Amino acid sequence: MATSVETGRTRFWMRIGAIASLAFLYIPLLVIVLYAFNSSVAQAWPIPGLSTRWFRVAWENREVRRALLTSGKAGLGATGIALVLGSLAAFAVHRFRFFGRETVSFLLVLPIALPGIVTGMALNSAINASGLTFSLWTVIVGHATFCIVVVYNNVLARLRRTPTSLTEASMDLGADGWQTFRYVIWPNIATALVAGGLLAFALSFDEIVVTNFTAGTQTTLPIWIFNNLRLPSRFPQINVVAMVVVLASFVPVYLAQRLTSEMGGALPGGTRERKV
Amino acid sequence: MMSLSTDQPVSLRRKLSAAINRHPRAKLILLLTPPMGWMGVVYLGALALLLASAFWRLDPLTSAVVRKAGLQNFQTLLHDSIYRKIATRTVGIAMAVTITDIVLAFPLAYYAARLASSRARAAILISVTLPLWSAYIVRVYAWRVILDESGLVNWTLRKLHIGGIDISFTNWAVWITFCYLWLPFVMLPIYAALDRIPDSYLEASSDMGAKWWSTFRRIIVPLALPGIVAGSIFSFSLTLGDYIAPNLVGNTQFIGNVVYNSVGIANNVPFAAAFALVPVAIMAVYLFVARRMKAFEAL
Repeated sequence: MATSVETGRTRFWMRIGAIASLAFLYIPLLVIVLYAFNSSVAQAWPIPGLSTRWFRVAWENREVRRALLTSGKAGLGATGIALVLGSLAAFAVHRFRFFGRETVSFLLVLPIALPGIVTGMALNSAINASGLTFSLWTVIVGHATFCIVVVYNNVLARLRRTPTSLTEASMDLGADGWQTFRYVIWPNIATALVAGGLLAFALSFDEIVVTNFTAGTQTTLPIWIFNNLRLPSRFPQINVVAMVVVLASFVPVYLAQRLTSEMGGALPGGTRERKV
Repeated sequence: MMSLSTDQPVSLRRKLSAAINRHPRAKLILLLTPPMGWMGVVYLGALALLLASAFWRLDPLTSAVVRKAGLQNFQTLLHDSIYRKIATRTVGIAMAVTITDIVLAFPLAYYAARLASSRARAAILISVTLPLWSAYIVRVYAWRVILDESGLVNWTLRKLHIGGIDISFTNWAVWITFCYLWLPFVMLPIYAALDRIPDSYLEASSDMGAKWWSTFRRIIVPLALPGIVAGSIFSFSLTLGDYIAPNLVGNTQFIGNVVYNSVGIANNVPFAAAFALVPVAIMAVYLFVARRMKAFEAL
């Protein structure tokens, strides 16, 4: 460290505070992972021994498997819609100056900026009023609505870092619009699309508030956890499902972070590029 | 090497591509219509309906929604002391959670921005980012397990001969869980603000004889303030709208619970809609103040 504005004592306490906060963030998750391998039915710390028996029980539970399938379908459907609509909006905002351009970002971020219960309730009343039946499709529509902004942000950030001279050079050399897109723009934004898609999937996979209001009788994995917390006999299986949900949402987010960090990061915290 | 051949499909494509290039407006409309159509129809339509239904009411006899505008729901909210109490409790816990999270987040953000090696910084940022995006329900459930009578917290306290505490299903448990849930949202904007403070400012301050505490109070905190306010927007707004955590680890009602139960159990959508507007109104005021404090530049 070149600078030593901080006194030794300050450094020491900041480090202690940082370690404490990180421990606060991760100890609860570690406890859940350990409980998933609990050999006993009892939910007590410390667990008496390790076992994988509850993984088998959870896997053999038809409800759990159906919920896993529903979550997967909802995630894929929402991600697909978000990828198309998010990147279209990003291209429009990047390429054109038009009246109401700032409104686009505002409108897209609104579903996650407003409390989830507002978005959930609004969609719930709209589904009721339109006479649609609650189904997997209404879940997908709800999830896609708040996932679009994730893809939009990632693609827009990447487009802004792609020099326009590349596109101009391509056009000057005689490529048409499609060829420029295919050979110049696409290779540049492909990883941003993948990162945006992974994040959208992770967001959808563990979402519960909007899901609760749009699902009707459909059960996703988070809803299954929520509903079964009333039944103490289900706790061992809940621990297993909880661990699966953690992994299924951590892995895509980690991959997305890796994909974007090479380019300076499009996630919160990826601000290093701004430092001179 | 891509070939610019002139066979039939290519020339057709070329014509199309040239036509679109000649009419940029058409291209813009093609790009913008699907996403804005979706957001306009699905989302703004739904929000407008929600706003309208806040002024409707239930027929007391048939429990059917009467689509006639009136202020009954808002009158109930104002005059019934139970709803005032619930709103006050919700805002109170949102404030407590926000303050606690700022205190917890600051050292971590400071350490990452100014003291950590670049590898440690990257590791901290990814560790904070992961729970921000994922596993919300599991992170609530974890506290139910940990604060349980026979959970990790009580086991640790007993080992330390402090004696157990029984805070599961209390507002203390809700407070801890909310602090836990929103800590990443508070930490990242503070980090971003601290990261942007040039080293030279702090060096200048200490060169001119300021003690660390004085530099901290007069340089670092004011420059970090937009980040702190930005982070507090998240912890405040997310707490106001949440009903899962109070439902799973608490035993009292917050705004979110009343809204959820009004829809799910009482089937009184108009009243739920009216109460759901309360957090929206509070956040509108909060955002207005935050904007004046330039918090958005730190997001």
